[in-house]
Amino acid sequence: MSSFTLISAALRRKKTRTFLTFSSVVFAFLIFGVLSMLQTAFSMGVDIANEDRLVVRHRVSLFQLLPQSYEADMEEVPGVIDAVHFTWFGGVYQDPANFFMQSPVEPAEYLDMYPEVSVPEEAKLRWIETRNGAIAGRALVERFGWEVGDRIPLQPTIWQQEGRGDEAWEFELVGVYESDVEGFDETQFLFRYDFFDEARSFGRGQIGWFAVRIADSDRAAEVAAAIDDTFRNSAAETKSESEGAFAAGFANQVGNLGLIVTSILGAVFFTILLVAGNTMAQSVRERIGEIGLLKALGFTSSRVQRLVLMESVTLVTTAGFLGMVLAVGLERVLRPALAAYFPGLFLRPEDLFLGLGLAVVTGLVVGIFPARRAMRLETALALRRL
Amino acid sequence: MSEKDMAETQNTNGATGEAMVDVRSVSRVFQRGRTPVPVLKDLSLRMANGEFLALMGPSGSGKSTLLNLIAGLDRPTGGEVIVGGSPIHSLSERKLAGWRARNIGFVFQFSNLLGALNAERNVAVPLLLTSFSARERRRRVEIALEIVGLSDRSKHRPRELSGGEQQRVGIARALVNDPALLVCDEPTGDLDRATSGEILDLLVALNRDQGKTVLMVTHDPEAAERASRILHLVDGQLADCGHDGTIVLPAHEPAGAAV
Repeated sequence: MSSFTLISAALRRKKTRTFLTFSSVVFAFLIFGVLSMLQTAFSMGVDIANEDRLVVRHRVSLFQLLPQSYEADMEEVPGVIDAVHFTWFGGVYQDPANFFMQSPVEPAEYLDMYPEVSVPEEAKLRWIETRNGAIAGRALVERFGWEVGDRIPLQPTIWQQEGRGDEAWEFELVGVYESDVEGFDETQFLFRYDFFDEARSFGRGQIGWFAVRIADSDRAAEVAAAIDDTFRNSAAETKSESEGAFAAGFANQVGNLGLIVTSILGAVFFTILLVAGNTMAQSVRERIGEIGLLKALGFTSSRVQRLVLMESVTLVTTAGFLGMVLAVGLERVLRPALAAYFPGLFLRPEDLFLGLGLAVVTGLVVGIFPARRAMRLETALALRRL
Repeated sequence: MSEKDMAETQNTNGATGEAMVDVRSVSRVFQRGRTPVPVLKDLSLRMANGEFLALMGPSGSGKSTLLNLIAGLDRPTGGEVIVGGSPIHSLSERKLAGWRARNIGFVFQFSNLLGALNAERNVAVPLLLTSFSARERRRRVEIALEIVGLSDRSKHRPRELSGGEQQRVGIARALVNDPALLVCDEPTGDLDRATSGEILDLLVALNRDQGKTVLMVTHDPEAAERASRILHLVDGQLADCGHDGTIVLPAHEPAGAAV
């Protein structure tokens, strides 16, 4: 028998109340886990952004086009190693709900720029050989059940083919890419720029944005400014920023997710403080006589305080731990199911530890006032409540 | 208790032999708002080692206050309380708690067992404050339950025990640290006559066979009769007992106040 026996006895005293409080804390931490996953999914681009890469877009907006010829000019800027370009294609596969990112790229340059993207050698060769060849991320392929060799029709919403009106673009899937980087977007569909540029009905020689690799990440701001200076006062001025800043700006188009998540969690944990705090306060109030008895038997005031505090921490931490375990279980179910929609949907270890730390802190905060009350009780007065 | 016994104690409020309890000119004043309320007034009392003393008196006479002072649950406003040779009136709160754990066994009107723990675990609660090994703790719990005759009920929870059995578990809890002094506050107040008799038999046996000094507060004259000495507390002072058992208030009290 140890002090934990007393803590356990106190928690089992009103089983229904303890169960309800416990459940609400479990649910709160489950919400914490799920929201953390969502936040990770939305901010994954920021988290895995490469510090050695810049994104250069039109100064007005991402949807204004830039001349593809800027690529050569940019590669002349000191500090720039090379550049690749992307263009938002916005095609529809079967149904507008089947949204995924599509872009024409120059295969060899793209794969050189993104070493984290892994494509089988055979697929690389086929991509270079096949004019309408495309590669797709593993999650996207699994989502639609595609196989290499399939023909993928994409209905144009922006880019029509010259002389073909609304006729669908048809691509041949030549390979599947993957990445070892946790949370890397495996839902993209990439096809050859030369095929796209020749076939499109307008905007030839125009692209959406550039990814630029720089020699020294410490000089990123300086190089970005130099690139923008190069095209200042031109018909298409640029805005250069780090890949992380670009991803953050893109994610914030759906709102300041960090603020939304933090606000929801704040409300949840404030409620938990009230619920669990009320439980502990009520529990101590009902046990004044019992606490007096412990003091009479020789338990010091500080020891009684510790017991009540440990009771609170045990209740909230156990529930918090269970909530996080459930969140991990949910992640195991949701991650494969939603990989094609939320490629970065996973619970990061740091969020798990944050959750557990939060549980301990919440337990302490919830318990501190009832514990102090228990400590201050005068033994003789408390015994009258027996 | 015979009239002769009473006569021996009436002038001393004390006992012959080595003192377990020595209360010297103790007063206790409580504050009710700005008004001081004296509950004990210049009270002195000696209790011999191995004595069984019953403390009686009307409600509000200060019985529980005196009991709390002797048990180290409260401090006097003035005077000294020496128990087992320790001047407990001057101990810090922390030292006093440790002293209680080692020297005092409490028996309350209600057994106040922890409902979620079985009998043996309830008995073991005071042992959490000791450094005994798990084996020694088990041994002490077994002995304590055996003394109160509940060895076969050790795994039962309080709700599975009768009122008398619960009180026995409470007594076993009081004994488990082998204290020299048992402090009993209305130990039979919540029990029927027959069960009260059993509990009193147990207290008498503990006093007689184990040499425990027992201080018992009670309203019940029949319970008090089981003690080796009875003291009456009236209005914060100890009253003498006359040869015929009547209680005589201290000289400065109005004669009409005699109980």
